[in-house]
Amino acid sequence: MSDHGNLTNPVPAALADRRRKSSSIFDAFRPGRKGVLLPALDVPAADPEALFGALHRAEVEGEVEASEVDAIRHFTRLSQKNMSIDANLYPLGSCTMKYNPRINEELARLPGFADVHPYTPEHLSQGALELLARLEEALVALTGFARVTLQPSAGANGELTACLMIRAAHVKAGAPRKYVLVPDSAHGTNPASAHFAGYAVQELASNPRGTLDLGELEKKMTDEVAAVMITVPNTLGVFEENILEVTKIVHAKGGYVYLDGANFNAFVGKVRPADLGADAMHMNLHKTFSTPHGGGGPGSGPVGVAPALVPFLPVPTVEGADDGWRLEFDRPDSIGRMRTFYGNYGVLVRALTYIHSYGNEIAEVAETSVLNANYLRKKLAPFYHLKYDAPSYHEVVFDDKLQAAKGVHNIDVAKRLMDYGFHPPTMSFPLIVPGALMIEPTESEPVEELDAFADAMIAIAKEAEESPELVTSAPHVTPVGRIDEALLAREASKPGSFAPVLRAPVRRS
Amino acid sequence: MRYIPNSPAEQAALLREVGVAAVDDLFATVPREVFRKDPPPLAPPMSEIELRRALGAMAVKNAAATCFASFLGAGLYGHHSPAFVSQLLLRGEFLTSYTPYQPEVSQGTLTAIWEFQSHIALLTGLDVANASMYEGATAFVEAVLMAERLTKKRTKVVVSRTIHPEYLATLKTYLAYLGLEVAEVAAGADGVTSAAALAAAVDETTFAVAVQSPNVFGLVEDWTVASEAAHAHGALAIGVVNEAFSLALLTPPGAAGIDIACGEAASFGVPASFGGPLIGFLSCRDAFKRQIPGRLAGRLETPDGPVFALTLSTREQHIRREKATSNICSNQGLIALMATMTLTALGKHGLRETALQCLSKSEYLKTGVKALDNGKFAVAFPGATFNEFALRCGPPVAEVLAALEKAQILGGVPFARLAPGAGEHEDLLLVATTERVRREDLDRYLDVLKGF
Repeated sequence: MSDHGNLTNPVPAALADRRRKSSSIFDAFRPGRKGVLLPALDVPAADPEALFGALHRAEVEGEVEASEVDAIRHFTRLSQKNMSIDANLYPLGSCTMKYNPRINEELARLPGFADVHPYTPEHLSQGALELLARLEEALVALTGFARVTLQPSAGANGELTACLMIRAAHVKAGAPRKYVLVPDSAHGTNPASAHFAGYAVQELASNPRGTLDLGELEKKMTDEVAAVMITVPNTLGVFEENILEVTKIVHAKGGYVYLDGANFNAFVGKVRPADLGADAMHMNLHKTFSTPHGGGGPGSGPVGVAPALVPFLPVPTVEGADDGWRLEFDRPDSIGRMRTFYGNYGVLVRALTYIHSYGNEIAEVAETSVLNANYLRKKLAPFYHLKYDAPSYHEVVFDDKLQAAKGVHNIDVAKRLMDYGFHPPTMSFPLIVPGALMIEPTESEPVEELDAFADAMIAIAKEAEESPELVTSAPHVTPVGRIDEALLAREASKPGSFAPVLRAPVRRS
Repeated sequence: MRYIPNSPAEQAALLREVGVAAVDDLFATVPREVFRKDPPPLAPPMSEIELRRALGAMAVKNAAATCFASFLGAGLYGHHSPAFVSQLLLRGEFLTSYTPYQPEVSQGTLTAIWEFQSHIALLTGLDVANASMYEGATAFVEAVLMAERLTKKRTKVVVSRTIHPEYLATLKTYLAYLGLEVAEVAAGADGVTSAAALAAAVDETTFAVAVQSPNVFGLVEDWTVASEAAHAHGALAIGVVNEAFSLALLTPPGAAGIDIACGEAASFGVPASFGGPLIGFLSCRDAFKRQIPGRLAGRLETPDGPVFALTLSTREQHIRREKATSNICSNQGLIALMATMTLTALGKHGLRETALQCLSKSEYLKTGVKALDNGKFAVAFPGATFNEFALRCGPPVAEVLAALEKAQILGGVPFARLAPGAGEHEDLLLVATTERVRREDLDRYLDVLKGF
């Protein structure tokens, strides 16, 4: 941890520099080192120059030269510069940063899963196929849908998969239609996914409660609208009370209802999305079903569908029973493949493990996540502005209105939270809450952590009143001080800004 | 209760604090007719002991490559992963963090992403690589869509049919409703893209020309066939790679006029894991970086040393919504880290040494096949290959595989499996070798073929 110049540094400057500045392996490697040992070559060595002629490459210039110990030190030190769920409450709203059980990791690493090639003959991969069928079965049980495809690689990919299926269904029925309706509170992936399925996006303005405005929906829901994409609970953490009316209105005009299941953690085991009238919904296995976020993935975004969309599921599907599982490709109305192979399989193994670990008691997950969010809401409401005060589910969205008067904005509160040892909330959306602080504690947090987080938020609110510059200059005790992202964007826009070869390696002889 | 830390008494205290009598009171805005009173139809919770038994029972029914000599490839290759990689990946600071939106508490992840981008840029000979794509086929789709944005008002992408069939199938899925045409150019009789046929398919409506090397038959393609055909008509050239170790021994796409390289980097120590999670990559010339899809980590020099943060994010969905360059949000962060760790350990020397072993073992097997005198097998195409080749089988491919299986060998991927129902190349078996196979495995393979 650096002191950003505030404290006396007892380490001689040159040595402190060495530790601070060797932050990329590309800056510190030594010629001649390598970190792997292969068996001696047991066949005659081929001559690549002779075989490839002019297409031969002699070396990958600029590549790293490092020993195994160098690699271990480097990556271990890098890890120490991260916040994580394991060490910190990580209330990143909409991301469901819950505990990632280690039994999931162990089982996904069994050689019978991890070391199995996707083109292994079916009779030698029956267990791998069975796992796919069992996970689909479990997700069908939790959602009420007719079938679930496990192929989408992440939530946004699930959204696109569903949009393509909806489009294929409309095409089959005569015309693709033109528009997809997306509420103004939606996550940015919704409009982007609809766009990549060839639809124009129309925005639905929220009502003063932050939920769907039925009048607005009735007005915009024409027979040119292919689908409405709705997040339940929405990004404010508010359940769409009128969801049954909404789905009726959409269905009456021949449209499909797509549920964004990013917030499934709020109602898993309590409500089946199919019962709400949804025709399709993606689930983020890395949210509700505890698979690790891994610094930005891999995720997995299975999509459940109502009977009307089943013919359009991506290929292959897994079919069969205990006497034999197989991959089915012969589905004439399928939208086709969404990727190679069958999905982020290792993530699927973890998700099934998690579902089994709660089994028929999984509703406790939703109940506790909602309780924890409401507890934080209760504690923080006197200190932070709540633009929409409808009942909260798994997350609560405050904003910086009270602090902005002193020149303290959500980004400052976020950076100051780091000094208190907490990861900041989400701030980039919902767009209908300027200065948003979207807080999702999840069910994984014990009461003392919730209290400590609330205490930190309250202390920051007081600091914003009494010494705002302490907040606006934060963070103060993180591995690096506040990074000028605008300056970086300007630098990154210049030619050659990403070339690794620009920085000659430090060669200490 | 399994992973919920609070005791029932603590839960009750929280409910009192919140001011509700029962937890279901917090769900009051859910319409009553859909509120579920019974537990979902799942089995009771399992302990770790039961989970190990239940999942373990499925795992043992699969042929792990550790128990067979595996020659399976066709887009995913079973290379060695250093032991330290899977160990370090379990560090909670990597495993349980998320997209580094807050750079001050994510320098570890951001530095690693920047290094991943640097490795990919160096390997492909291009200027900028992104933080990752889901896997090879979607990386290919994103490259095609990116090329379309970079060339105004053109509607046709010309692709060689020697690109992996699952990549082409995926491309067609994503392009189905975007008003873009996919023109496929068949391979020549030698299994390689014909320069003349490719050039003939390109015109003023073409925005991109795509070729894969090594191609789906394992054959080395000359990137300049694509770049010359594309550039002659103002289109961009896309180079697809799914055996990334080949980049250690073959001219990188960027050095041969390719504008956007993309594909699969799972060869760098990522377990096959029945096909995912893998690690797609995409790299391009500097001039095109504003149209790159997905996350991008940048590096800023400061008086305190370099710092890293996500950058040029106005391309992305959380800011641009439907005008974003892609809808991608989560990518393959941890898998990119896995590949980065493996590449660090391999380094310049390990990359070349491993690639040479793959090549040498494949050449040994090819030589053995050519020396067979039963007239039943042949190396299907004459061109240079890296670590995979197409074996033309006289006997039905299924029988050949069954015989190899008896000798504890996963003998390869039937070409027919890549495009089920297409009825093409049904006599071809794709045979891949990596540094993990031994000479005795290769000899045993040849012995089985001799027995036909």
